[in-house]
Amino acid sequence: MLESPYVTQYLTEHFAEADYPTLKGYERFGGYAAARKALTEMTPDEVIEVVKTAGLQGRGGAGFPAGMKWSFMPKEDDRPKYLVCNADESEPGSFKDRILLERGAHQMLEGILIAAWATGACATFIYIRGEYAFPAAQVERAVAEAYAKGYLGDNVMGTGFRHDVRVTRGAGAYICGEETGLLESLEGKKGQPRKKPPFPAQYGAFGMPTTVNNVETFSHVPHIIAKGANWFRSFGTEKSPGTTIFGVSGHVVRPGLYELPLGTPLSEIVFEHAGGVPGGRKVKGVIPGGMSMPILPAGQLDVPMANEFLREQKTMLGTGGVMVMDETTCMVRAASVISYFFRDESCGQCTQCREGTGWMNKIIERIERGAGEEADIEVLGDVAGKMEAKTICAFADAAAWPIQGLLRHFRDDFVEHVRQRKCPFPGSFEL
Amino acid sequence: MVISDETRSKIDEAISKYPVKRGALLPAVHLVQADHGHVSKECAVELAEIFEILPIQVMEVVTFYNMFFDSPQAKHHVYVCTNLPCSLRGSRSLLSQLESHLGVTAPGETADGRIFLGHEECLGACGYAPMMRVDDEYHEDLDVEKAKRILDSLGK
Repeated sequence: MLESPYVTQYLTEHFAEADYPTLKGYERFGGYAAARKALTEMTPDEVIEVVKTAGLQGRGGAGFPAGMKWSFMPKEDDRPKYLVCNADESEPGSFKDRILLERGAHQMLEGILIAAWATGACATFIYIRGEYAFPAAQVERAVAEAYAKGYLGDNVMGTGFRHDVRVTRGAGAYICGEETGLLESLEGKKGQPRKKPPFPAQYGAFGMPTTVNNVETFSHVPHIIAKGANWFRSFGTEKSPGTTIFGVSGHVVRPGLYELPLGTPLSEIVFEHAGGVPGGRKVKGVIPGGMSMPILPAGQLDVPMANEFLREQKTMLGTGGVMVMDETTCMVRAASVISYFFRDESCGQCTQCREGTGWMNKIIERIERGAGEEADIEVLGDVAGKMEAKTICAFADAAAWPIQGLLRHFRDDFVEHVRQRKCPFPGSFEL
Repeated sequence: MVISDETRSKIDEAISKYPVKRGALLPAVHLVQADHGHVSKECAVELAEIFEILPIQVMEVVTFYNMFFDSPQAKHHVYVCTNLPCSLRGSRSLLSQLESHLGVTAPGETADGRIFLGHEECLGACGYAPMMRVDDEYHEDLDVEKAKRILDSLGK
């Protein structure tokens, strides 16, 4: 059962309240006051300026500054403009957007309204992964409530501003989380990412100027407008302000969600909040930001969870999905699971990705079976290196990085498999 | 006609919500599949007529997405998540015990067509592992006995 975060701040503060997912409940805690303020007291440029000053970074994985993204939307353009809310949460290890949809749909909608005002968008398409049936139902219900109350439609809050929201359900494809893959899917096609440029701000959904933001990114916006950029900057680090919801999984005592300021040390998340590894066992490695992000070994867990620090350790915050692996874990098995996933989900349009993900998976499975050669380890690193920055989208990079991280920090695990001609970790999780 | 009038009117309503007709194709395929359990060639041809595209363009969509099916399916779909966070918490052993319980090899379905058992990649329930998806519903923090009881309760 999806539980409220163990640690809450402004985003998830009221998530334990039974009526918070309803419009009445949301308004009981001051909901929609920020949208009213933006639409009646602020110009679109002022809204963008506040979000820029607040330094809100996108929470969907890439960390791009949200206010800057909004400012890319063309101003002198008669075409309809759209927003897309990326609720295709599929990055293994990530489950934060799910609770924001289930318990905080109005908070997200309010953020969407404010972003729509700032960018001049006439409609938002919320694209929710197909498997999220219950979260999608919660969002549909919230959208219907907002229409009934006049918060969406032809005359939002009596201001004359028009905004429509549509909820589209995906159908099980990781690649649709990539923003242009999502746009293709939204248009009723296979979710194969587009070449860029043109970027979505020029040619997005249905060929119109479009801004794509993640569920959590939108959810921060009402708080920034209500309480100001300086207040937002009182959380997190100078370069990475605000909180985020870390999803902790794997070998910990208390797996679950934790809303904490960016910059919280990874060790604090793993040991203090999530209770460390059960049974007094030691940590072997931690993936800090969803499966695409390179692993950190036990000795590097003091790193603050913000991109400016994680980049120094050759990894990134990603979606904040913290996966903990204890000392029993075979890192070749972990590589096997990871490489299988990317092989399975490659959309197939670029050769480096389609072939590379398959090669990596085959080589890793051979090493795990004890049938690998030392040269296989070199080839594996070589294939991963040749997949980076050569494809239409970042999927190939996302497939290569975790394998490179495992080779960087746990090469000995691979070497021992080859030397012993079997898996030397009989106590590891099963494959 | 294989697609019912009722579903056709729901599809028309979906079309009215998108700036371009084809934007409603995924919603339409979801609707057709809810009625028929899968998208047959006949359904694809009719959808192609509705959307003024080629049947192959419908089938491309049906076969690209994991949740769409182009052949008849078991009554219930059960997927155990076997991605890394779930594997670390015993999901592979759960899956193999459910295979023995049902007498199937995943991915595969029971002889009576009651249950399809398969594995799935991350379902966004990593903090509540192991877990499985039964049709549209999530079951989390599972142990083998709990999972077996859920499967046994599924009707024909």
